[in-house]
Amino acid sequence: MQKKTIAVTVENQPGVLARVSGLFAGRGFNIESLAVGETEDETMSRMTIVASGDELVLEQIIKQLNKLIDVIKVVDLHDEPFIARELALVKVNTEGRSKEEIMNVVNIYRAKVLDVAPDAFVVEVTGTDEKIKSFIGIMGEYGIKEMSRTGTIAMTRTKKTQETNRKEK
Amino acid sequence: MNGARILFECLKKEGVDTIFGYPGGQALPMFDELYKMSDEIKIVLVRHEQGAAHMADGYARSTGRVGVCLATSGPGATNLVTGIATAYMDSIPMIAITGQVPTSLIGNDAFQEADITGITRPVTKHNYIVKDIKDLAQTVKNAFHIATTGRPGPVLIDMPKDVQVNETDFKYPDVPNLRGYKPNYEGHKLQLKKAAELIEKSERPILYAGGGVILSDSSKEIVELAEKLNVPVTTTLMALGCIAPDHPLNLGMLGMHGTRYANYAVQESDLIIAAGARFDDRVTGNVAEFAPHAKIIHIDIDPSSISKIVKVDVPIVGCTKTVLKALTSMVKKQEHKEWIGQVNEWKRDYPLTYIDSDTELKPQYIMEKLSELTKGEAIIATEVGQHQMWAAQFCRISKPRNWLTSGGLGTMGYGFPASIGAQAAYPDKLVICIAGDGSIQMNIQELATAVKYNYPVKVMIMNNGYLGMVRQWQELFWGKRYASSNIEASVDFVKIADAYGARGMLIEKKADVEKAMKEAFAYNGPVLMDFRVAREENVWPMVPTGASLSKMIEGGLA
Ligand SMILES: Cc1ncc(C[n+]2csc(CCOP(=O)(O)OP(=O)(O)O)c2C)c(N)n1
Ligand SMILES: [Mg+2]
Repeated sequence: MQKKTIAVTVENQPGVLARVSGLFAGRGFNIESLAVGETEDETMSRMTIVASGDELVLEQIIKQLNKLIDVIKVVDLHDEPFIARELALVKVNTEGRSKEEIMNVVNIYRAKVLDVAPDAFVVEVTGTDEKIKSFIGIMGEYGIKEMSRTGTIAMTRTKKTQETNRKEK
Repeated sequence: MNGARILFECLKKEGVDTIFGYPGGQALPMFDELYKMSDEIKIVLVRHEQGAAHMADGYARSTGRVGVCLATSGPGATNLVTGIATAYMDSIPMIAITGQVPTSLIGNDAFQEADITGITRPVTKHNYIVKDIKDLAQTVKNAFHIATTGRPGPVLIDMPKDVQVNETDFKYPDVPNLRGYKPNYEGHKLQLKKAAELIEKSERPILYAGGGVILSDSSKEIVELAEKLNVPVTTTLMALGCIAPDHPLNLGMLGMHGTRYANYAVQESDLIIAAGARFDDRVTGNVAEFAPHAKIIHIDIDPSSISKIVKVDVPIVGCTKTVLKALTSMVKKQEHKEWIGQVNEWKRDYPLTYIDSDTELKPQYIMEKLSELTKGEAIIATEVGQHQMWAAQFCRISKPRNWLTSGGLGTMGYGFPASIGAQAAYPDKLVICIAGDGSIQMNIQELATAVKYNYPVKVMIMNNGYLGMVRQWQELFWGKRYASSNIEASVDFVKIADAYGARGMLIEKKADVEKAMKEAFAYNGPVLMDFRVAREENVWPMVPTGASLSKMIEGGLA
């Protein structure tokens, strides 16, 4: 099993998300995360999809996405160096624990405490999937009361993008 | 102009002259408009919306033009679904139009509301709900473009009632506005070169033609390439008719009920040139053991068909017609004497045959007689089951688009309405539906349509009193326990025909077959022919599911 991060530019129209998620469900493709949002062009939205499967399946995923009429562009981000980030909100238990110790971990991960209650913190952490997993792992030892993750969003690095653009011309 | 009128003006611009449909509350403005336009667009009133969808499909397959069906919202729309899915699986260009509750009521569980775009999303190439009349003309333009280009397929347009009655100016756009849709027709030069090189090196090549060859009208190109290279051609169920049945290079159908020689040739080949085919599981048998010595060149308009089932060596994304032409011009003339010699030996040693009988009527005999009488010129639609496979094996389909069968979805109930659709397109051609006693009962109500418009289709029912294909599997793999597959004497077809005002015929003896056919074909009107065939005849040869193509079984023949 491999993982792939794919950037999909789609028409900003109702039903497009259903077409994409329906494709994954209907064809039995594994989706690890999917994040949608606006782009620089208001008629388009951008989805970042992290999918997993063997090589043939991942190739199929890209082809099938390309086949959707409302999909304008599919970019396999692994073709170039890219940046991937995710944000998580974690409500961590502080009752009977050293708040200082928890703060230490929060600082090491450059995370932020957004809300403080007598028995819990709400912490915001951003970073790569591994960083967030590792942070969650540690917080788990204190006890996670609630958690919400955005899913990965990603983009190719600037310089390389320019280079390849030049090459294509 | 109101929305309903705009819709049909668009259809006229697209060359639509016939619509198969059934009315209802939320479609009334459209039907009213069609009533006023009756000398421009013919509406064929069916008896069940599924019939309308299959008729549109049969019309499309036989002509190459778009088939159009029309239904009301809710139950009318859901009744179309099997027909849309059938067209989708076989890549048939079709436009399905449905009425919908007014936009103000959508989402309220209004009377006869169904989320038909949601329901048909996985079985259409694309679908639309028109929420603003200003988008209507552009939507129709886009829909036709999508349905007919690239890998064709059905497109549904959902028409809320208010959009049908609202008014706006009509102007049909010249071009679609689809920035995310650009099918690629030309094969990549480098890939073509690689393919040509593989072909030059190959000693035992075989051409494997699929439905895409029919859809893109590249039958001529397949035959030209085959003849230049002197290589055998095997066709899928969907590609029957792309090469003449008696062409010396034609190996007939491959796969589960294909010919032994086609399957042997595939298994022994060192190069498969696949064109417009998709390596369906009924074709490959056990994928791991499929064509173990062969490199594969795969030509297809749909990139997602390539390397989906089998990893290929040279993928060529493009229109089969364009690519085959290019390839033919790039390769040198070849002979492949030894290979053709071997293939011909298989043809001689393992012919496609059956054991005829004087006491029982054999369906294969009927197919042979039919081909003899029609010289393979008739349009033949089939239902699904054993009779479909016998038709594929023993009917001589001499022209592309003369063979209408539900391959991908395998829809019982397809054949009869499809034959009506073809007859609507070609009033003067002989159109035959080869049916089973089970399948024909799935859309038998369309006899009323055939009679009403005098579509003189000839329905030949291979009446074995069984859901025969199910029974065959039960005989072979389920200990002869014929669970729910015996439908003996379920109905008197002659009386059914009579009740609908069609002609019914009962044929029980071999000696009567030819006479009955001649009589039926000469009759100016629909005929239902009830052939009482050998009840437990099986389709041979056969590759059991999961077995390799080289391991065909054959009962009672060997
Ligand atoms: C709508 C639908 N339901 C069920 C099936 C499964 N099925 C495939 S063949 C078959 C039997 C067909 O019987 P009949 O039409 O009498 O043809 P025969 O095999 O006897 O020639 C069945 C039930 C199907 N293909 N389509
Ligand atoms: Mg039967």
